[in-house]
Amino acid sequence: MLDFLKPSVSALQDFCILAGRALRNVFRPPHYESDILLQMDIIGVGSLPIVILIGFFTGIVITMQMSRALAQYGAVDQVGPIVAITLVRELGPVLTAILVAGRNASGIASELGSMKVTEQIDAMRALGTDPIQKLVTPRMIATAVMLPLLTIIADFVGLIGGYVIARLSIGLSTMQYWTSAYRAIEYNDITQGLLKPFVFAFMVSLVGCFYGLRTTGGTQGVGHATTQAVVVSSVWIFVLTSLLTRIFVNLQ
Amino acid sequence: MTNSANDVLLRFENVTIRFDDLTAVNNVSFQMTAGETRVILGSAGSGKTTLLKAAIGLIPVDSGRVYLMGRDITNLAERQLFDIRSQVGVLFQEGGLFDSINIEENVGYPLVNRKTHADSPDQVHTKVVNALRFVELAHTLEKYPNELSGGMRRRVGIARAVITEPPLVLYDSPTAGLDPITATTIMALVAKERDSLNAANLIVTQRYQDGQLMANFRYNRINEHLEPVSNDLGDPDGSNPTRTTFMVMKEGHLIFEGTQARLEASTDAYISKFVPQHHN
Repeated sequence: MLDFLKPSVSALQDFCILAGRALRNVFRPPHYESDILLQMDIIGVGSLPIVILIGFFTGIVITMQMSRALAQYGAVDQVGPIVAITLVRELGPVLTAILVAGRNASGIASELGSMKVTEQIDAMRALGTDPIQKLVTPRMIATAVMLPLLTIIADFVGLIGGYVIARLSIGLSTMQYWTSAYRAIEYNDITQGLLKPFVFAFMVSLVGCFYGLRTTGGTQGVGHATTQAVVVSSVWIFVLTSLLTRIFVNLQ
Repeated sequence: MTNSANDVLLRFENVTIRFDDLTAVNNVSFQMTAGETRVILGSAGSGKTTLLKAAIGLIPVDSGRVYLMGRDITNLAERQLFDIRSQVGVLFQEGGLFDSINIEENVGYPLVNRKTHADSPDQVHTKVVNALRFVELAHTLEKYPNELSGGMRRRVGIARAVITEPPLVLYDSPTAGLDPITATTIMALVAKERDSLNAANLIVTQRYQDGQLMANFRYNRINEHLEPVSNDLGDPDGSNPTRTTFMVMKEGHLIFEGTQARLEASTDAYISKFVPQHHN
């Protein structure tokens, strides 16, 4: 009767096995440091321009929208704290993770998917290399390191975007904007602002690798795997951020 | 002829492999000894490639046992398989070359990666050049796989498969998708590899001509070319100097195992799709 659930449960089980192996390999040799550095460059440095661009415009948009709402209560000077809290707690981590999911989960899925359909994964196993150790673990470590760093940059650039509007359009002083923004952020905000991208990083990289390694059916299968990786990782970003926000709200 | 247990490189005992509702390999048993050549014929989807991958533990078996290099690999963990696999060369259907590294790194990969002993970078380079010279592609060291033609990629794949001089080499459809001239070149290299290294070969193919070449030609190391051997095709139990055995797979079943003469004498309708018949 519950046969329709079998594929989903089986996929979840396979994902958990992959995640377990990838995490275990972090502590087991051999370690492919050059692959980790290469992936850090692709995922981190490669995503930097788009993260800066989106972060900056997000700061601008939040400030413009909030200033209009706050003006009704005569509290336009509170725009700094609102931008800071919104970016650090939620929008910075989520938007950066969505960008990395779109850019890198898809890239990982298509790369590993192509390797799968051209039997490079089988060749790797036949030549005595564990594909999870060589391909999955470096991508997971690289994403776990780079996504929090990208989020910090996105938060900061977003605050600069907010400052540009606050200064030029609303007329707040530099001191007023930055001091109020700085004072509004608490340790709890920074903790969740950094924990979220760390959690998202594992999920985004592992989902990309998972769908890549499950690819079947030639080039069409690669396209399908890529789409699935982006959709599933994007959905999970929102699910996880809801769960984590709920936990941190309770902690306060 | 009896073979000692030490000579047996690969043994399948009642192996069955299923994918969901499909039985890809059904109760197959055979064994391969050192220096022997086995050619597995069969149409697409007959279970040939699955059988080859199961031989090195890339696909788990559902029942039965697989012995490789004298060890039961049926239930071994992936990490335990790595050392055993390093004693086997494999050519995958499209070559299986890694796109992200150049030809020199691809061919040298088994040497750099093996755990038993490490070669110095100079030794690796020398062996890679020699292996590529063997397949007449020594000029491609710096190139990447996507810069090579399909036939060249397979020749590089052969170089990578034999660089460690393994006692057993597996070939998965080495001539699939190639024009007849390139296909003959590839099979000539496979025969050259067999007779230069005295390795056992398991060749999965849809082309009977591939097996015919392996059974009837031998590489002469002095003259450096292939020359025909005298096979008496009229006598099923006649001489078989290349020690070539044919196997035919049909829908997961092993329906034939024997010499070229027996194969060509078969009246089976499925076998005659691949094999020109020589009825007495």
